[in-house]
Amino acid sequence: MAAESAAELTVQDYITHHLSFLTFGRIDDHWGFAHTPEEAAEMGFWAINVDTMGWSLFLGAGFLWFFRRVAVNASIDSPGGVQNFVEAVVEFVDARVSEAFDYKNELIGPLCLLLFFWILLMNTMDLVPVDLLTTFGAEPLLHSVFHLENAPFKVVPTTDPNITMGMSVTVFLMIIYYSIKNKGLGGFLGELAFHPFGKWMMPFNLIIEVPTLLAKPVSLGLRLFGNLYAGELLFLLIASMLGLWQLPAHFVWAVFHLLVIPLQAFVFMMLTIVYLNAAHEVPHH
Amino acid sequence: MNINATFLGQMIAMAFFLWFCSKYVWPLFVAILEERKKKIADGLEAAARAEKDLEIAQVKSNEQLKEAKAEAAAIIDQANKRAAQIVDEAKEQAREEGQRIIVGANAEIEQEVNRAKEALRAQVSAIAIAGAEKILEGSVDQAANEEMLNKLASEL
Repeated sequence: MAAESAAELTVQDYITHHLSFLTFGRIDDHWGFAHTPEEAAEMGFWAINVDTMGWSLFLGAGFLWFFRRVAVNASIDSPGGVQNFVEAVVEFVDARVSEAFDYKNELIGPLCLLLFFWILLMNTMDLVPVDLLTTFGAEPLLHSVFHLENAPFKVVPTTDPNITMGMSVTVFLMIIYYSIKNKGLGGFLGELAFHPFGKWMMPFNLIIEVPTLLAKPVSLGLRLFGNLYAGELLFLLIASMLGLWQLPAHFVWAVFHLLVIPLQAFVFMMLTIVYLNAAHEVPHH
Repeated sequence: MNINATFLGQMIAMAFFLWFCSKYVWPLFVAILEERKKKIADGLEAAARAEKDLEIAQVKSNEQLKEAKAEAAAIIDQANKRAAQIVDEAKEQAREEGQRIIVGANAEIEQEVNRAKEALRAQVSAIAIAGAEKILEGSVDQAANEEMLNKLASEL
């Protein structure tokens, strides 16, 4: 019995450990890393998840630098394999934008390229074996540099709701900005108040339209987070409970996950296009 | 799994990345794709133009060939005419030459005849004198009968 409960505790510890972030913030009047999830929670808002934020910045900056380097060295007549790949990505995004976005906005193309490829890369981190960068990479390093015992280290930024909501709220702010810019403040508020049932039903309209508007960033961010979090969690369960049998199980789940990774990046990009297209739509009465 | 400043950090990162992407990445690709599109369009246009040029050249070459053939035929025609003319001229010349030879020959024959007549006359007069001497049995004084003999000879 005792051994069983100990084993259960280890599985639980393992999963909790892998679901925690390396959080840097203020504890007991000094700045430092949280040692436990409870400490991280006590830090409140002014703390930062160094692991996911770091990977997010690294992947975003890395891919933009790489794309720019490819573009600068690009050849018109004889593009190489790397250039072909990057151009295919850009053309794919551009085609989706011109299909779904009916207005002229120089920012939509780069925004969609950024979102699609950045999220794709962040999701792809999920395919890195869960313990490779944490147990064998970051933990010994953090232990030797910061004397952190058993520090958590998350490598998939999109399993952090801060990251996904950060992106979806930025998109939401753009939706509001372009709505007001294109329809005027009155037009924007009018859409919330006078639709779908006309001005005599204003309270009812607001009850429908305001949650619809607010649901956009929430669903956008949480969809991505939920998919990747679930994927990560299943990898963790497989890793912690199946012993050697985890290898084929990991493979099978990774193959399924290979579909989820680009799909979620694509969905995030497409919904962004659709939302921003709606923000440019001026209703004609 | 609590919301903290990572949320703000990601928003700032995204805003910065968006600025960078829209200024230093996206326009480069737009330019590359645009340039390639233009290049391909130019190439296709050039190909179409070349095809048209080829057609025109073919028509032109056919025309020139026809013209050359016509010219050659004209030259051959002219040459034939000239050849016939030369043959005619040669025939004419030959005929004239022949005529002249005949005239010359006739003249010579007449001369020969006259000469033969002269010789014959001389011989006849000699024979006549000899005959007369025989008849007269004496010699006839040549000088005395000279006049009569000459008269006889001219009558022959």
